[in-house]
Amino acid sequence: MTKPPIPDALDTYVLNMGPQHPSTHGVLRMKLTLRGEEIVAAEPVIGYSHRAHEKMAENRTYAQFLPNTSRQDYLSGMIYNFAWVEAVEKMAGIQVPERALVARVILAELNRVASHLLWVGAFLLDLGAATPFLYAWDDREAILFLLESVTGSRLTYCTGRFGGLSRDLDADFPRRAREVLAKLKARWDEYEGLIEDNVIFVNRAKGVGVLSRDVCLSYGVSGPTLRGSGVPYDVRKAEPYGAYPRFAFDVVTRTEGDVFARYMVRVLEMRQSVRIIEQALDQLPDGPVLTPDSIGVKKRLKLPAGTQYYAVESARGHYGILLVSEGGTEPYRAKFRTPSYPNLAVLTDVLPGHMVADAVAVLGSVDLVMPEVDR
Amino acid sequence: VSALHALLARLIGDFGATLVLGAGTILGYLTFNVLFLIWLERKVSAHAQRRLGPMEVGFHGSLQTVADMLKLLSKQLVTPLATDHFTFLFAPILIFIPTICLTSLVPLGDARAFAEMPNGLVVVVVLSGITVIAIFMAGWSSNNKYAVLGGMRSVAQVVAYEIPVLLSALSVVLIAQTLDLHEIVSGQHVPYALYEPIAALIFFIGITAETNRAPFDIPEAESELVGGFHTEYTGMRFALFFFAEYTNMLVLGAVGATLFLGGWKGPLAGRWPFLGPVYLLLKAYLVVFLMMWARWTFPRLRFDQLMNFAWKLLIPVALVNLLVTAIVLEALPLR
Repeated sequence: MTKPPIPDALDTYVLNMGPQHPSTHGVLRMKLTLRGEEIVAAEPVIGYSHRAHEKMAENRTYAQFLPNTSRQDYLSGMIYNFAWVEAVEKMAGIQVPERALVARVILAELNRVASHLLWVGAFLLDLGAATPFLYAWDDREAILFLLESVTGSRLTYCTGRFGGLSRDLDADFPRRAREVLAKLKARWDEYEGLIEDNVIFVNRAKGVGVLSRDVCLSYGVSGPTLRGSGVPYDVRKAEPYGAYPRFAFDVVTRTEGDVFARYMVRVLEMRQSVRIIEQALDQLPDGPVLTPDSIGVKKRLKLPAGTQYYAVESARGHYGILLVSEGGTEPYRAKFRTPSYPNLAVLTDVLPGHMVADAVAVLGSVDLVMPEVDR
Repeated sequence: VSALHALLARLIGDFGATLVLGAGTILGYLTFNVLFLIWLERKVSAHAQRRLGPMEVGFHGSLQTVADMLKLLSKQLVTPLATDHFTFLFAPILIFIPTICLTSLVPLGDARAFAEMPNGLVVVVVLSGITVIAIFMAGWSSNNKYAVLGGMRSVAQVVAYEIPVLLSALSVVLIAQTLDLHEIVSGQHVPYALYEPIAALIFFIGITAETNRAPFDIPEAESELVGGFHTEYTGMRFALFFFAEYTNMLVLGAVGATLFLGGWKGPLAGRWPFLGPVYLLLKAYLVVFLMMWARWTFPRLRFDQLMNFAWKLLIPVALVNLLVTAIVLEALPLR
């Protein structure tokens, strides 16, 4: 797809949406060239929350970098935290106890549901519906309470350790988790009728911001955004990691590629996540959650020299860590492949021809987390 | 009241006394109304969202808006350098004038309204259209792209939605055979909403759009246009736009109640005249409550969908409804 030519300057004007704007979710600036209310060209300007995570990784030990991981994507920090831990474990050849493997899946999927719930609320708020926002946050709160009881934090989790978890799930956890899940499922049934059957919502979402399969693939889009365009790619299935191969779940796809498809993919994905958590709770083995030969976070872990790529499916898509070690206590280079970056880049192609109101809807539908784009 | 009127009449003449008393009552009540409506909106939204809303200041937070108003009064008024100063300062005042005029036209009881006119309905429709000029002035003079977009949207929206409002009001006029609001009510033995349910619905949708309320709040769509036409306004000037919005809701609700819900009529209103205004306000607040309920339930329409809705659905339906009303009235000589 080629960019449409920028027309005569007298005909159009530039609207800087952001970096402070209610709908850019953090500090994104969209440089929109408009003709009336129609978008002629769109250019995302990023870098407002660049914190040099990759450079920081080069200057600290593997354990010292742990707190940084969940701050890349503050909405699904658990997944990013475990990705770093698992990448290091894989390179160092550390064995992880069974209980920790399953517990990681439970915690990561709970975090994914929380992230998607927040997205549902924020996205509908972008469309002008204020009430679903608070309903979604209410549901998310129940999950955050669960996660807090295990990890001690609500947003920026740092519970992964090389060789397991820092804390065990308490004996009561499975019961509480099941209660929360049952409550959520009942509520989602109710929301389905309220949101997906709402004429205004359907009109705002259907046929808007269509991302074709080819455009998605050429930009490297991943996650629910890609699956909404009909590509059944999910790292959990494509390159299974951790304990995921043990659990049955479906990769949700829709073929339309519009805003509505991305909405449906995320909503249905939450149900798949619940399915995984329920299986994991059934299979949760007893035993330690930290391998006895773990050297902990205070001593320095040395990784063998080499290069390795490790990928997980975050709530936003394919999250990859490229670790280059020279055998020292610190990585020579750590490169993070974050999913929001290509998901944002693709907007340049899809926004022209839409109205300003649609720009907000499309921007919301790809679920951006700006610190994760900038890193 | 009459004693006070006599006292004032001796000082500034009969006309002056009526003017002062009427304006004082209306402005006083409107101020109270705005404070009440903002509180009500917070409570409605809170209960729609499984929250409690303001609870701290006063009984169930009833004094919260008073506190907020004091806060807004104490805020610095910022006038951006690039604005068109006169227009920028005048817009928040102008937006208030037609609303106040409208208030004086609505018959509160069987006694004549404060400023009654034989063609009251026409004046009502005209005045309610003037607010949009103030909104556009605010948007244009702010010299801000979001504000201009908001102002433009507002003009297009009000122009589109005034027609269905007018058409649905006309079908009431056909039944009542008069443009006088007072006579429309006194001839209304059964609420016209029962005769004209479609017109009542269209009128409700129309006034929701005219007051820029969700799901038609695109001139100030927060997630798109930041603050819309009032992006650059601060402190009390911003509050005046708020004032105007909520006053407009009440007044148009009262006009709706007058046209479709029997105005000041109600049980025992004939025997105790003071019940008239109470009934009218109750009905107006019912309409306002419905508008709030809609706001906290629906997402926002897109601009072009909004225009399509008005031009392709509401106006044809209203026209057909008007035509059917006329034919039925001719065919069945009811009166």
